[in-house]
Amino acid sequence: MASKVLVLVGTKKGAFIAESDEGRKDWSLRGPFCETWPMNHVMADPVTGTIYGGGGNEWFGPAVWKSDDLGATWSHSSDGLAYEAGAEPIKAVWSLAARDGVLYAGVQPAGLFRSDDQGKTWQHIDGLQKHPSRPHWNPGGAGLILHSLVLHPQDDKQIWVGISAAGVFHTADGGATWEPRNKGTRADFMPEGQNYPEFGQCVHCLVMAPGRPELMYQQNHCGMYRSEDGGRNWQSIESGLPSTFGFPAAAHPRDPSTLYLVPLNGDSSGRYVPDAKAAVWRTRDGGTTWQDMRAGLPQENAYFGVLRQAMATDRLEPAGVYFGTGGGALFASADEGETWTTIAEHLPAISAVETLVVDV
Amino acid sequence: MSDPVSATEHGQDKTVVVRLPGVLVDLFPGAPRRLDIPASTVSEMVAQLDRRWPGMRDRLCDSTPAVRRHINIFVDGERAGLEKRLTPGCEVFVLTAISGG
Repeated sequence: MASKVLVLVGTKKGAFIAESDEGRKDWSLRGPFCETWPMNHVMADPVTGTIYGGGGNEWFGPAVWKSDDLGATWSHSSDGLAYEAGAEPIKAVWSLAARDGVLYAGVQPAGLFRSDDQGKTWQHIDGLQKHPSRPHWNPGGAGLILHSLVLHPQDDKQIWVGISAAGVFHTADGGATWEPRNKGTRADFMPEGQNYPEFGQCVHCLVMAPGRPELMYQQNHCGMYRSEDGGRNWQSIESGLPSTFGFPAAAHPRDPSTLYLVPLNGDSSGRYVPDAKAAVWRTRDGGTTWQDMRAGLPQENAYFGVLRQAMATDRLEPAGVYFGTGGGALFASADEGETWTTIAEHLPAISAVETLVVDV
Repeated sequence: MSDPVSATEHGQDKTVVVRLPGVLVDLFPGAPRRLDIPASTVSEMVAQLDRRWPGMRDRLCDSTPAVRRHINIFVDGERAGLEKRLTPGCEVFVLTAISGG
């Protein structure tokens, strides 16, 4: 069966969709959608094909946008997407994830909501706000945001979230209670001797390996990590990488030992790709060794960064890999990262990249 | 658009004229830039707008509840909050503030 690939792009000024056939050589681009709102995350429910976009507009506040026709028409709602009266209002939606007909949304200030009617209405999962550590959470550079939202593929009660800068939390009861899962991850920005707190780490991106829910990877502000027990314990896998700093991580669609990163040159050095030469770094052995993939990527004067949700893979064979830059360039590889082409060069600053493969 | 049923209270017409910004009505198909609605406060006016176009309240107000920081509602030339009383026949301007980049 033939397939087409949609690359869903969230930018500072609207959502865009790049589209190609399964060869992934020639691309067309549609957009901007969502009335040019800042869109922090655009993704699709792979079961229904519905596309959702989470964002927040300076004038009009947060909302989740939705398209049932692959981006041709859109509607939006924020019904129920609110904290109680008197609390700091929600500024934006930062992350979305779908499982078994339930849509989850992570928001700023950090919190989690669910929708059981495809984004029409929302309910607050308030267990996170009741965690004893909540009064001590501090915002990261982009604010106190819940950006990584990882759902267990079989157990509908298990959810992992990444919050900047509170760290990773896990629930085994659908969100009523949570426990921090940060053991082994550093907080270099804390005073000497206090660098491994129970919570307060600056997690940048959390992903799960395909087919192995207990195997997770984490790009942190302070290092790159792997966990083989669902985040209870983390081990550094940054040896061989050019930097301990970066934002996104993308798992392979089938191989649990393959992971993609875009390390940047450091948190106080401009946050560009190292030496202004772009590379995606790939491991095939769960982080023991790393290879830099550069063919087709700019190798001079590349002063861009890649944000935490701006890299993704597709489910085709071989897997496609995609990332978008703060400078509005969108890159694609149709061969698991070996070679790269440019899909678009002049988009608004890219916040998020996801894929949807549609059988036609 | 006017609401003949609730336009009067104790026999008194409380219709006000509301002007909405283009970027707001673009989010709600069918919403006009100018309409007449019965309301004696800004809060009532927003509730009436939300009744006609569900979700419009969320775009204009946050959960505090308050008029959103970058939305300006002007009544008689002054920026108004939700509790501001409206006089019958007055003109209410809903405007987006200068912001963004």
